[in-house]
Amino acid sequence: MPTIPESALTVAYLLAAVLFILSLGGLSRQETARRGNVYGILGMVIAFVATALDPSMQRWDVVLGAIVAGGAIGAFLAARVQMTGMPELVALLHSFVGLAAVLVGMSSYLHPIEAAASPTEHTIHLVEIWIGIAVGAITFTGSVIAWAKLRGTLSGKPLLLPGRHLLNLVLVGATVALAVPFLQAADPQAGLLWVLVMTGLTAVLGMHLVMAIGGADMPVVVSLLNSYSGWAAAAAGFVLSNDLLIVTGALVGSSGAILSIIMCRAMNRSILNVVFGGFGTADGGGGGGEAVDQGEVVETNTETLAAELADAQSVVIVPGYGMAVARAQHGVEDLVDVLRKKGCEVRFAIHPVAGRLPGHMNVLLAEAGVPYDIVLEMDEINEDMPTTDVVLIIGANDIVNPSALDDTSSPIYGMPVIEAWKAKRAVVFKRGMSSGYAGVQNPLFFLERTRMLFGDAKASVDALLAALRS
Amino acid sequence: MDEPNAAPPGDDATASAGGPVLGVPKETHPGERRVGVTPDVVPALRKLGWEVLVEPGAGAEAGFTDAEYEEAGALLARPPTYRDAASVWAADLVVKVRPPTVSEVGRMREGAALVSLLFPERNEEVVDALAARGIEAVALDKVPRITRAQSMDVLSSMANIAGYRAVLEASQVYQGFFGAQVTAAGTEPPAKILVIGAGVAGLAAIAAGRALGAEVRAFDVRPATKEQVESLGAKFLMLDFDESGEGEGGYAKVMSQEFIDAEMALFRQQAKQVDVIVTTALVPGAKAPTLITRDMVELMKPGSVVVDLAAEQGGNCELCEPDRVAVHAGVSILGYTDLPSRMATTASRFFAMNVRNLLKEMGAPEAGALPLDLDNDIVRGALQVHDGARLPPPERAPAPKPPPEPRKTIEPAKAQERPQPKTWRTMVGALLVLAVFALVGLFAPAAFVQHFTVFVLACFVGWQVVWSVSAALHTPLMSVTNAISGIILVGGMLQSAQPTLGLATILGAVALFFASINVFGGFLVTQRMLRMFRKGE
Repeated sequence: MPTIPESALTVAYLLAAVLFILSLGGLSRQETARRGNVYGILGMVIAFVATALDPSMQRWDVVLGAIVAGGAIGAFLAARVQMTGMPELVALLHSFVGLAAVLVGMSSYLHPIEAAASPTEHTIHLVEIWIGIAVGAITFTGSVIAWAKLRGTLSGKPLLLPGRHLLNLVLVGATVALAVPFLQAADPQAGLLWVLVMTGLTAVLGMHLVMAIGGADMPVVVSLLNSYSGWAAAAAGFVLSNDLLIVTGALVGSSGAILSIIMCRAMNRSILNVVFGGFGTADGGGGGGEAVDQGEVVETNTETLAAELADAQSVVIVPGYGMAVARAQHGVEDLVDVLRKKGCEVRFAIHPVAGRLPGHMNVLLAEAGVPYDIVLEMDEINEDMPTTDVVLIIGANDIVNPSALDDTSSPIYGMPVIEAWKAKRAVVFKRGMSSGYAGVQNPLFFLERTRMLFGDAKASVDALLAALRS
Repeated sequence: MDEPNAAPPGDDATASAGGPVLGVPKETHPGERRVGVTPDVVPALRKLGWEVLVEPGAGAEAGFTDAEYEEAGALLARPPTYRDAASVWAADLVVKVRPPTVSEVGRMREGAALVSLLFPERNEEVVDALAARGIEAVALDKVPRITRAQSMDVLSSMANIAGYRAVLEASQVYQGFFGAQVTAAGTEPPAKILVIGAGVAGLAAIAAGRALGAEVRAFDVRPATKEQVESLGAKFLMLDFDESGEGEGGYAKVMSQEFIDAEMALFRQQAKQVDVIVTTALVPGAKAPTLITRDMVELMKPGSVVVDLAAEQGGNCELCEPDRVAVHAGVSILGYTDLPSRMATTASRFFAMNVRNLLKEMGAPEAGALPLDLDNDIVRGALQVHDGARLPPPERAPAPKPPPEPRKTIEPAKAQERPQPKTWRTMVGALLVLAVFALVGLFAPAAFVQHFTVFVLACFVGWQVVWSVSAALHTPLMSVTNAISGIILVGGMLQSAQPTLGLATILGAVALFFASINVFGGFLVTQRMLRMFRKGE
């Protein structure tokens, strides 16, 4: 095998890092997004080739075997995944990064590639391994739990153990404390025991943290785990003294952190509130919203609604998780088609936390064939609400709740929402009168201009289509 | 509860039916075509516990046949089951549209209940007759105008119809197009409609006028209605005068003389320009204000039309004659008082739904009678005769709400009031960061400092780059970061390519395996997603 000098390797890694930055930058706009992905692939190829030429690469059978097997599985997953299943896939991929970080950390502990130059460096190396494995293990088990919750294997309800904050503190404390005997261990065999104990503890911590978070907070959790997976990769970079890993890990880590911040702002909650005390828990503001008599809702049916839509000049559709659950996006696309052919202006309003993944609704609509230029963000469309004839709210609840703006006692007060009540007619597609994730009643349902269309979202949309076409 | 001899003819009404009976008589007022209960609400009423007994032909003029009623589960008051059509009057509850006449009251069973429009101010003798017979009278026109009662508000639903119909009636008399016309023979500007009063009827008239293509302007003494008027595409006429006419229960109050003068000047000026005037100004319990005077009518172009929706309460137009079309100086003044009845099918349906909602609010019949919960402010407001006596109007404990329109106070400004981050937290954070930097600088070996530099700079770059990512691409962003965090495969490669095949190598290989899933899976699924995003034409 030919090898390359150290400086050439560094330059290649620098190039790969630049390409990764361009890749993330490319995603800022639809027009450049695909190019961004190509930059990412190029960066990865360069990193791979450069590493392959590294003098310390001394055998290939294991490497190629692992890459081919992993690559095949990855390609299979990517080709087969349903767009409604994207949150699960993303969570699963996060867990792999975490697991890889744990394994790389352990492997590096057992067999360091470069001998440490000084005792200080040796200690630093051990601390890096310790941190890398801890972050990796939290990411791994946390993501696995998130994956199970998103799939529905585990219930979306938060698991709230008594004294859970204390439990978290004890686990963190033990992880820090166990570093002392680990650093003093005489040989790798003795040290490995401590590593395994610590891995177990942080694994439990990761599970417990995510178990305590409810289903609709998943966008934040997934973003947060995205961030952790980045930090895990960066820690592995420190372990291996590899700048490319550090840069990439830091990029991914800050990207995930930003997404988490965006999600939290969209719910007007702090990250600590999401992670440590969700809605409906004692310290999260409480279920609030005493059952005030709001009056009665007015039901409508698909025929009436079809007639209203036939007369409408402008329609806005607000999709929520319910649309994804019912897999109604294709029917919604047909509806958009029919309405647009009649000359009606149809647009979508997407709330940042709609769905179970940041940007999830956009992907579902894109899958169904909805052009992205009619899919708008909350801030872009709110001012047009008063001139909108009909707003269709499909499987969404809290994100169109007016009490977020005017009821200081509401647990969701201060959360930016889509102002559906300003339209001339708001129609809510809903299975029943149950409250949304935040557990608060929605005064929108009781307004004079609001109509309720009860039933499964997909069935309702299909019936509506049939009525519109006839 | 049956006292066989106390009931007037037709006391077999209750005997043959299973439960308490709700009677639906045919309307007798001349020109009244509506009916109080339509077949579509019959199942709901029966579910509530009422047997519905309908006078044969009651719905005929509104387009509902006896067969439809029977199909919906109602009974028909005719032999052999019932003596005759008058049996409906012997029911435990009578539901009708117009107030009953004194003789009709005489046919009701003593102690029964009545739900209908009543207008007690104008129908003193009927109210006295009801009280004399001990009938519990619920006046639909007295349902309080609060948000909770909107679904029972007959006045609103009828006003809506009247407003719509008013414009259609005007179009019948007006001898031109409402919408602008561009034809080979020449162009024709749209007709101009002035709507006075932007309540439920006024807004319906505005919407109907706009739908026909006319240019609509509207005036209301309540400035708060401006937004609603404009949302319907009409122009809101402003008076340069500072006085709000917001009165109780969503109605306007009587205004000062200066205001009225300014208003009149405005109408006079408008009269010269517009082709149609629709007036809807009512003040509760009083004669309607005169807004369109004789000289204003004379200022209008011949062939113009005035529709006076207040005709029944004395009219907003000085020349209005109730139930008739008056013509003055070529201007037709329509004083129809039966506009809802001219759309009897829809009007009956709305009316019946309002009644159903009210009866639902009142609850299932108790001991065969209409339950009357005097603590319920809707029931208390609507109930006019109770226990053989007139009920005084309820005390106005809860302040009446402004017009039944969605909240207008909502402003997004509040959303920006983020809680200020606590300063001590920022301080602690800054100190921690300083401490970390100091530790690294003082104790860490050069190689670590170099990596640390790269790490911190990369964090900043990532922070800057990712903020510009559009929200629509957040999912692809996550999958692409998934893929590039698979860069950990570099670590796996280095660890698994060692010459000896030990535990470390195997761990490295497993890491490499999972990292590869990420790299391939992440990039491919991103590619797949991005290909789905397409731009519309």
